[in-house]
Amino acid sequence: MSAIKTALTDPLFNKNPIALQILGICSALAVTTSLQVTLVMCIAVIAVVAFSNVGVSIIRNHIPNNIRIIVQMIIIASLVIVVDQILKAYAYETSKQLSVFVGLIITNCIVMGRAEAYAMKNGPVPSFFDGIGNGLGYSIVLIVVASIRELFGAGKLLGYEILPLVQDGGWYQTNGMLLLPPSAFFIIGLFIWALRSWKTDQVEAADFKIQPNTVNSGGH
Amino acid sequence: MLRALLDKLAPSFEKGGKYQKMYPLYEAVDTGLYSPPSVTNNTAHVRDGIDLKRIMITVWMCTFPAMFFGMYNIGLQANLALEAGTGTAIEDWRMVLIHLLGGSAHNAASIWDNIVFGAAYFLPVYAVTFIVGGFWEVLFATVRKHEVNEGFFVTSVLFALILPASIPLWQVALGITFGVVIGKEIFGGTGKNFLNPALTGRAFLFFAYPAEISGDSVWTAVDGFSGATALSNAYEGGVAQIEASGISWMDAFLGTIQGSMGETSTLAILLGGAVLLVMGIASWRIVLGVFLGMVATSLLFNGIGSDTNPLFALPWYWHLVLGGFAFGMIFMATDPVSASMTNTGKFIFGALIGLMVVMIRVVNPAFPEGMMLAILFANLFSPLIDHFVVQANIKRRIARVSQ
Repeated sequence: MSAIKTALTDPLFNKNPIALQILGICSALAVTTSLQVTLVMCIAVIAVVAFSNVGVSIIRNHIPNNIRIIVQMIIIASLVIVVDQILKAYAYETSKQLSVFVGLIITNCIVMGRAEAYAMKNGPVPSFFDGIGNGLGYSIVLIVVASIRELFGAGKLLGYEILPLVQDGGWYQTNGMLLLPPSAFFIIGLFIWALRSWKTDQVEAADFKIQPNTVNSGGH
Repeated sequence: MLRALLDKLAPSFEKGGKYQKMYPLYEAVDTGLYSPPSVTNNTAHVRDGIDLKRIMITVWMCTFPAMFFGMYNIGLQANLALEAGTGTAIEDWRMVLIHLLGGSAHNAASIWDNIVFGAAYFLPVYAVTFIVGGFWEVLFATVRKHEVNEGFFVTSVLFALILPASIPLWQVALGITFGVVIGKEIFGGTGKNFLNPALTGRAFLFFAYPAEISGDSVWTAVDGFSGATALSNAYEGGVAQIEASGISWMDAFLGTIQGSMGETSTLAILLGGAVLLVMGIASWRIVLGVFLGMVATSLLFNGIGSDTNPLFALPWYWHLVLGGFAFGMIFMATDPVSASMTNTGKFIFGALIGLMVVMIRVVNPAFPEGMMLAILFANLFSPLIDHFVVQANIKRRIARVSQ
């Protein structure tokens, strides 16, 4: 039971796929301009990671080692196609906004990474929860980024106006930078900074140390 | 006496003292007034008494011609617009300030009126830059236990000078926050930033609030005035259109044209730049590289020619005086931290800026001005340039040894 709990909660903050492993950044930049689209994307990714983990885990002992990547890819790609079709059927407008990025879940490193690193070595049940956990870890970052970008970039959340805009007689002037993809880099960077200030064990060792050269700074 | 006072205060700021958290502030005041107590004691030898503090203060003072001319020009442009009736005065606290200082007449012929008007717009921007940026600087110095550095004097004045006069003050605060925190402090502070902090702040404002700063319409400090900048005019119809709008080359060189506060006068900038070059603070290699890169690229475009884009025919001496080229060449490109370090690298780095600025101005229709983006772009390449220069040198010397 505790193994399942760890699999589910660890990826949220301790081993967050975006913040610690720096995976899945591309979609985090592309789909986070509005919160609604982001939520759909998050659900899609959670579903794909969870079920691809289960699928890979069930047949893990039958996959020949030298073609395992191809087999994993087939499972992931089939799931992504299913998700894409469902979105087209039931949420056509959102799926148009997500455009290629649903299809690109196939190349999302998180999905592949979890299949390779976890599902190949564990049973279907823990793999399922590991998939859910990693999907949620991905979602936390995306939702934070999307909330900031939509709130300060357009003055709205989920399409509802929160900050009245100057154009409509309010006081808030939209920040156009936040609607451009690079802004997600800054927000993810700041998120990682905040996370690592909180959980200091995630801080990487410094590459080099500058030597002191005066008495005051500790030299000689 | 001041020394004695500082020495008396020292123990309460040093480790274990009452105010040890505020040590960076004490250190800044102390070493700002006197030479620093720490001296190099290993293999480095002092060749000249010039240190970071003196360099930074010199750069800061070298911006003064551009700054004072900028103030005069803000007033001149605004008062001209008022006299011509193309705009109405903005009645706010700045106007009260102008009246208090006796600059009430809105007389474009009066130098004093113009300077007072300009000061009422420039000084608040500078003050906000200094206070907000200084706050972040001290905050990081306190938490990270490094020194508050004079580099901020330079960053703050450069940042204020490249903003338009009409910019809202809250945007100034946001811009300098981004510049100092994202552009400098998260990489470890002075000497460790790979981008120019002042330009990083401006780039943030440029993309976040394009309406206020994008540079395709002008920024005169009066209500209701609109018109194209010289560069947009050049985009429309080349030199002919610039001159048709009443700007001669001499106007652009002296700086009596529309533009950001400190960037209009090529003459005033070159005056400060000459001091920097003679003192060896600004690298002449970078300045020459930028200049030659710009001349070569604009000559190339002149040679290619274009029927639809009149900017192709804009000669290099116009590129020199328009927009932020001169200011960027002298004060921004020569930032010793974010530029290339090797001598050959400095030429390449400069030439890359010169190339990019003309490229952006001429062939990119989205951005009328390219100096800021060109310098930031070259900043990113400078470590790579250095790497190849160093490798080439190693290869050359190995080849010589193995002969």
